[in-house]
Amino acid sequence: MEFPEDLKYSKEHEWVRLEGDTAVIGITDYAQDSLGDVVYVELPAEGDAVTRGETFGVVESVKAVSDLYSPVSGSVVEMNDAVVDGPEAINEDPYTEAWMLKIELDNIEELEELLSADEYQQFIEEEK
Amino acid sequence: MVCIRFLKALQSVLDSRITVLYETHKGLGARFVDFAGWRMPVLYSGVVEEHMAVREACGIFDVSHMGEIEVSGPGAEAAVQYIASNDIERIVDGQCQYTLVCNDTGGVIDDTIVYRRSADNFLFCTNAINTDSVFCWLLEKLHGREGVEVIDRSGEYAQIAIQGPASLDIFKIAFGIDTEEIRPFRFIETTVAGSLAIVSKTGYTGEQGLEIYLAPASAPAAWDALMAAGAGHGIKPIGLGARDTLRLEMGYPLYGYEITEEFGPIEAGLKRFVALEKGGFIGQKAMVERAEGAPKSVLVGLRMEGSGVPRTGYELFSGDKAAGNVTSGTHSPALKYGVAMAYVAPEFKEPGTRLNMQIRKRSVECTVVAIPFYRREKK
Repeated sequence: MEFPEDLKYSKEHEWVRLEGDTAVIGITDYAQDSLGDVVYVELPAEGDAVTRGETFGVVESVKAVSDLYSPVSGSVVEMNDAVVDGPEAINEDPYTEAWMLKIELDNIEELEELLSADEYQQFIEEEK
Repeated sequence: MVCIRFLKALQSVLDSRITVLYETHKGLGARFVDFAGWRMPVLYSGVVEEHMAVREACGIFDVSHMGEIEVSGPGAEAAVQYIASNDIERIVDGQCQYTLVCNDTGGVIDDTIVYRRSADNFLFCTNAINTDSVFCWLLEKLHGREGVEVIDRSGEYAQIAIQGPASLDIFKIAFGIDTEEIRPFRFIETTVAGSLAIVSKTGYTGEQGLEIYLAPASAPAAWDALMAAGAGHGIKPIGLGARDTLRLEMGYPLYGYEITEEFGPIEAGLKRFVALEKGGFIGQKAMVERAEGAPKSVLVGLRMEGSGVPRTGYELFSGDKAAGNVTSGTHSPALKYGVAMAYVAPEFKEPGTRLNMQIRKRSVECTVVAIPFYRREKK
């Protein structure tokens, strides 16, 4: 399983990549592996607000439904249509092709509360 | 009986039982789930991959959690005829039959396959969750009958299923036994991996295949022999996840979902497994009444027209009018769209009827379709 060093991670298994003032978010390799074959994703539209720790969407695998929890607060500036049309990308390439939202951050300092790649890996080891 | 049932319920809460193949599954990288008091593999490589292996090559399943209850003695056939819904007199030695054990009101205690080994020896294969209920029910209902003995043999059998187009070839390579000529719902008693075994042409996937009942001590060797024989034929171990998607594509009912103590064979479209005309059996009067009356709900198949995965309990509407509820659903790996089974009011049962399924905050269109959803291409 891969956990790129340049990303931040939440305990709800989302990742964040900072691009200028914009946060790109998706779910981690660990999350996609636990879910199994993803067949459906529901994401908010451009302009919608998301709040750190609250649900912003749903991802469904063949066997289960899981809520997505936002790792940051802000407003959605772009939603990845390609991942809605082809949700299997989440299993194949969770960090690049399967980004979910680009979010204009309310407060960039929120990122400091997220985990580093090492901290996240340690967290999932403990969770197992 | 109440006492035994209580203790077993307590035991299953305290710790899930494991099958004799537990270590084998661990070695194959299985993920486990607690199911009906058993710790069972839910998946190994992934539900979709496993599902397609069964449709295209061969899958091997540990179904040792299922129960085996024997009814024997000179009065056994009459006892089975009284307990179960189907007509046991229609089958001969070496044949088995899908049948329902119903309660007095025509609801279902369990759906089972009953094996006729001889005129005085029958074996019910029960759902894991119902083994104790069926055993207690049989003891209670057959109490005082002459010449009938009821024994729970579940501890004496492990059960392995192999299913898929390559399954019979793999079985032959592993054990040198040709099962090509065995007809569906027939079985042989033979030796597998050093154990006396029942090998039947049955399954829960819609593919050809075998179910093998054998001594627990021989199960790991039998499993390994099948895996080795199937290595060049695409065999994969299959967890409960794909077992569920496979049975759903075929529209096979699952106890607790499509059939319950409330929804019986008449509502579930299983009337052909109820011999209403045979001599007296438990639930007969109620089922005759149910069959003659207008049912409140009918089980149908649904195909999703929009995106979304149907799940148990989702509500169905026709306009603003409540139409019914989903009993089970999934995203079909072979068909690549959502399929579900649902109880709907009879006015909505005709194939082609459009309904709306409420999925969280969205209303998604679906269509009533005939079951099975999936049909194997003819060779």
